[in-house]
Amino acid sequence: MSSLSSVASPAAVLPGSPAGGKRAARRVLPGFHLTLGYTVLYLSLIVLIPISALFFKTFTLTLDQFWVAVTSPRVLASYRLTFGASLIAALVNLVFGMLVAWVLVRYTFPGKKLVDALVDLPFALPTAVAGISLTALLAGNGWLGQYLEPMGIKLAFTPAGVVIALIFVGLPFVVRTVQPVLEDAEKELEEAATSLGATRLQIFTKVILPHIMPALLTGFAMAFARAIGEYGSVIFIAGNMPMISEITPLIIIGKLEQYDYAGATAVAVVMLVLSFILLLVINALQAWQRRNAGAPA
Amino acid sequence: MTSKFKIALATLALVTGGISSAQTLLNGSYDVAREFYKDYNAAFIAHYKKTAGKDVKIDQSHGGSSAIARSVADGLDADVVTMNTSTDVEFLANAGVVAKDWAKRFPDNASPTTSTMLFLVRNGNPKGIKDWDDLVKPGIQVIVVNPKTGGNGRYAYLAAWGYAKKKGASDAQAAEFVGKLYKNVPVLGKGGRDATTVFLQRNIGDVLITFESEVLSVNKEFGEGKVDAIYPSISILAENPVAVVERTVAKKGTADLAKAYLNYLYSDEGQEIAARHALRPRSQAVLKKYATTFKPVQLFTVQELFGSLSEAQKVHFNDGGQFDKLYTVK
Repeated sequence: MSSLSSVASPAAVLPGSPAGGKRAARRVLPGFHLTLGYTVLYLSLIVLIPISALFFKTFTLTLDQFWVAVTSPRVLASYRLTFGASLIAALVNLVFGMLVAWVLVRYTFPGKKLVDALVDLPFALPTAVAGISLTALLAGNGWLGQYLEPMGIKLAFTPAGVVIALIFVGLPFVVRTVQPVLEDAEKELEEAATSLGATRLQIFTKVILPHIMPALLTGFAMAFARAIGEYGSVIFIAGNMPMISEITPLIIIGKLEQYDYAGATAVAVVMLVLSFILLLVINALQAWQRRNAGAPA
Repeated sequence: MTSKFKIALATLALVTGGISSAQTLLNGSYDVAREFYKDYNAAFIAHYKKTAGKDVKIDQSHGGSSAIARSVADGLDADVVTMNTSTDVEFLANAGVVAKDWAKRFPDNASPTTSTMLFLVRNGNPKGIKDWDDLVKPGIQVIVVNPKTGGNGRYAYLAAWGYAKKKGASDAQAAEFVGKLYKNVPVLGKGGRDATTVFLQRNIGDVLITFESEVLSVNKEFGEGKVDAIYPSISILAENPVAVVERTVAKKGTADLAKAYLNYLYSDEGQEIAARHALRPRSQAVLKKYATTFKPVQLFTVQELFGSLSEAQKVHFNDGGQFDKLYTVK
């Protein structure tokens, strides 16, 4: 609270004091200090404090116990599945989400509004419902599963099923981040490129892709992060076999079910740190891409 | 003005006083006991009115057994907990909200009802499954709950282990037997209901290992005649323990009510209601009356073979324990 009041007061004085004393550079936008204070306070309340509680709980473990808890074979297998399946799902969404966004922006067709609204459905649907429906669809006696299984394609209760569930929940992130950027893209640039003799592929890779790349990466990062934390839709389709189809969130729930709070938070901390590193990498990639795209042109 | 205000205040006091005179009791319980306690509560309210002359209101909070235990430990004001594994009550005792000697506060290990693990097979028993030995045969698919995430799964595992031991197996042989059984498991359910769904709606597996009390709800939900219940020769006695939450009753002054509520579970009426919901009553008379529901099985207790559930937990289910070895040691 003290941080808020101390930053709030200069902002309140600001309009009245034109020179602002020794204040070196006045910002054009008002209320920076106020908003910064608000941002820090809000992030603390909503994100930092709960997460620090998580870290404190793991401190009840010794380093050895922590290491054993987060590196037992079952847990290691679950990291591989969670991060691997999330990566595959996010990559699939990257490509197909972009396609969906493209079609929704550039083409008009009957029922477009309806399709547009459908994209958000995975956001709204309780994930457990998604998981159960997908399982009902893909299991050996399901609508699709009954045709796939005789061909030897087993999706439900395998890691492949996990990927499918994660694709489902991640789709809107890519579509919804790319769509507005595509809408703002200047068609004139493409027309100019065409008149200068660029092929369609060149237009896509040299004109459109650089423009939507930051949005694509954001969508990818969000879909990826969402997939790592996803629980509800996956447990119904995964089969939950140790070493094969147990996702990390299930390991955490399993530990909680057995009142192993510290062990559960230890695994959660590892997940959190890994996700944070991956998101940082993606952010860095984005910044690098923006610099690169901005510089030569 | 002021006199009107006073009257209003007095009425308010009267009204709220009238409400608070009817005590309320919150029962924290596991998911599938919802139906049972709905019937039981109605009977208890009538009984309490008759014997103590007081009206009571009973609220229920249901969830996964351990989820409920966690929220009670974290401050949910339940007056009593009625669970399906003693691990959950033990956890509350360690957290200091339930008396340390809770198991001695009520008769029969503070467990008014019990259940056991049995097999559900497809109608007509096409694979001819009769006993535990049939479950380890090649080509049989067994659906069972993951012992890491559900009490149902822990009991199924211990029942299989106990069967082997009762047949004279050494620990190593028992491990081998259980290992073979879990090799036949294509899907591990997350909880009891999840496993039932996989078996009946997804049509996966030849046999489902589950609580005896689950048979009734399967018949109710999926229709009679879809499954046959098979009683193995030997199975485990699963106790459903109950306890008073001392922290809550001290605060609310509901100690007597809570005690009366749990004691009534042992009465003939309480036992009959339990029997109607396929929970094995402790009362021999009631058990005999419902002999068609509760076929005789040779039952062993957790104490007899594993010491206690918490010891079984350490040896079998903790990280790196016997269950993990089934999957990690090849």
